[in-house]
Amino acid sequence: MNTDAILSFEEAMEKYDPVLGFEVHVELNTKTKMFSSAPNVFGDEPNTNVNEVDLGMPGVLPVVNKAAIESSIKIGLALNCKIAESCRFARKNYFYPDTPKNFQTSQYDEPIAYDGYLDIELSDGTVFRVEIERAHMEEDAGKLTHMGGATGRIQGADFSLVDYNRAGVPLVEIVTKPIEGAGSRAPELAKAYVAAVREIVKNLGVSDARMERGNVRCDANVSLRPHGRERFGIRSETKNVNSLRAVEHAVRYEIQRHAAVLDSGEPVVQETRHWHEDTRTTTSGRAKSDADDYRYFPEPDLVPVVPSREWVEELRATLPEPPAARRKRLQADWGYSDLEFRDVVNAGVMDEIEETIAAGASASVARKWWMGEIVGRAKNADVDPGQLGVRPATIVELARMVEEGKINNKMASEVLDGVLAGEGTPAEIVDKRGLAVVSDDGPLLEAIDAALAAQPDVADKIRGGKVQAIGAIVGGVMKATRGQADAGRVRELILEKLGVTV
Amino acid sequence: MAAINRDDVAHLARLAHIEMSAQELDRMAGELAVIVDSVKSVSQAAGDDVPATSHPIPLNNVFREDVVGHTFTAEQALSGAPDSDDNRFKVPAILDEA
Repeated sequence: MNTDAILSFEEAMEKYDPVLGFEVHVELNTKTKMFSSAPNVFGDEPNTNVNEVDLGMPGVLPVVNKAAIESSIKIGLALNCKIAESCRFARKNYFYPDTPKNFQTSQYDEPIAYDGYLDIELSDGTVFRVEIERAHMEEDAGKLTHMGGATGRIQGADFSLVDYNRAGVPLVEIVTKPIEGAGSRAPELAKAYVAAVREIVKNLGVSDARMERGNVRCDANVSLRPHGRERFGIRSETKNVNSLRAVEHAVRYEIQRHAAVLDSGEPVVQETRHWHEDTRTTTSGRAKSDADDYRYFPEPDLVPVVPSREWVEELRATLPEPPAARRKRLQADWGYSDLEFRDVVNAGVMDEIEETIAAGASASVARKWWMGEIVGRAKNADVDPGQLGVRPATIVELARMVEEGKINNKMASEVLDGVLAGEGTPAEIVDKRGLAVVSDDGPLLEAIDAALAAQPDVADKIRGGKVQAIGAIVGGVMKATRGQADAGRVRELILEKLGVTV
Repeated sequence: MAAINRDDVAHLARLAHIEMSAQELDRMAGELAVIVDSVKSVSQAAGDDVPATSHPIPLNNVFREDVVGHTFTAEQALSGAPDSDDNRFKVPAILDEA
């Protein structure tokens, strides 16, 4: 159990200045592995997507996957990096059963991409530039499952089972330079940075980018220093923080923990920390004393990769519109205000709105439905709005029925509930639930008479020219018709009845 | 490079999970030191004008198309494993050390 002391985040911020750094691993979605022709597929039976190269058998030779190189160059370009004229692979030596070779093939002093940056937009529109140190190619390791022991965690396990299907899956590791000056926005920036990287690789089509499957994994480095001091404090590295929310929480927690350590007069221990989603805390992993003991050396079985400038430019020409540029274009196309658009982005429904507009809805109707109706329902269900399964065509159909006066907004919302409950199409639900705006004036006139008789003083006011008082009568009619009347028509009929022209 | 001493060998043995007796450590430290010295003579031959290389032949960009090839069955993959369980390699409990 975790017993680390922490300071409140506010107090930590008063006393210290955080410096961040991230290593984000992106699994590429190539058909085959980085150095072998075994399939790169998630979720298959254990140890079936392996061959002799992945199992590190004696005498085997790796061969580089060209598509993985292309994807890596694309990632480098999208991160505004320089692409190396020549680069090599290196062996990173360590003994652990997740690699049967006792080394991971990686890149060391010659990454394929380096010196880039990414402009990160925070929730209030502030833009923060994160400098990219490098993006290098490597291979993923096998998956260990720790068995026995009390917790299923690595400590106290009796034995471990290894599946090498993931061994050799192409990875690109993106390393930032130290990120200074984020202050109290550090946790938010952390989340926004990882979200931006995920968005970019998804947009490039080079990764499935599903964090819950480990396609994008983040190691977060945090250190604190007193305000005004230039020298960095000692950092911790929190491993495998595997959701956007967890990235934010982990950085926040580590800031609070470091602050308490520093306040007690102790030095921070440079170490790996493990993130625990259940308690939202970290615990100590190994100390980093062996950090430089990987005995890197150039991989003798792989020759250098020398991307010609022509090849790089060809790849650059295939890059899709960057997400940030796309956002600017969509906001202009849709005519949303900065605030409206930011809300849409923060709610995570930009793609959905784009699809809804493409299906035939107006920009304002699409926003009204997603922001006004669906986001709230998603929040209640604790899922992402896109996961509710609302189809663009459904919204277009609902909007059309409202426009044609068949149903009103309140009913449309009810119909949406029906669609989400799997009761059928909007038209079927309107039928089944008997939801239709009462447009026959007969029953409306009766209800209006009743409402006017019930509130004679209001009726007098309206006759006297205070038309704004009409709401009370309209409300009475809507109540009497259980919301099924067309409020606009009711208003017309009341004014007609009272002989008031507006 | 400094000569390999006994502590270096002990450290590497620990990393490699190789149990070595005191005599073995002594002997290996001596032998490795000789090997390292022999390799060092190469750097006497190469002057400053010779760039470091990892490959003796000037070859680069050897690539494979992204096409799925052969795989093993789980039985084949595990056929040489000392122990297995549930179609996976079974390894002793690993302390948090790597």
